[in-house]
Amino acid sequence: MSSSKICVVVISGSLERLQMAAMVASVAAVSGSEVLVFFSMNALPHFIKGRTVKAAHEGEMGALMASKKVPEFKTLFEQAVELGDAKIFPCSMAMDVLGIEEKDLEDYLEKATGLTKFLHDGQDGQVWTF
Amino acid sequence: MAKKIVDGRGSFCPGPLMEMIAVLKSSQIGDELEVLSTDKGSANEIPEWVNKVGHEYVSTVEKDGVWHITMRKKK
Repeated sequence: MSSSKICVVVISGSLERLQMAAMVASVAAVSGSEVLVFFSMNALPHFIKGRTVKAAHEGEMGALMASKKVPEFKTLFEQAVELGDAKIFPCSMAMDVLGIEEKDLEDYLEKATGLTKFLHDGQDGQVWTF
Repeated sequence: MAKKIVDGRGSFCPGPLMEMIAVLKSSQIGDELEVLSTDKGSANEIPEWVNKVGHEYVSTVEKDGVWHITMRKKK
């Protein structure tokens, strides 16, 4: 197995971007890579427990995906953690702005993390931004 | 050695792969898994993953629009 490190930074709240980020994170995590995911900006509110608002699509593909049995991005992120070597960090700044705490977020997320730590932990990995 | 069916029909990539890995985790070495998928992308991706990770890829058969991808757990 390879020992590569892949960092996935997700700031968009759009369905297509969340879906692609979840696919990269989950497939990499079950294929022998260490995966670090960072959620900030419009991506983070989707991981508040009990949220029912669906991610809006940007275009044709998103609309099509919403009508088909594509695996949900939240399921894929959870599988990245449970089946693979992924850790998902919520951005501490975004949490402060939203006025939420760790207990308000999905259980498979790690503790709040700032950019200083994320940049340090991910400095020797590939970075994918969505 | 057990033979297990993973029914990923109707789902899209990487759904069938993830479902297969979930079953693989609770399987014994030597067990055979047959994944059913209606998604051609998964029919390409699953053998790729099996070979990369170091399990044994057995075969792929398409029948009536369903791909049957068989692999064996090696570790």
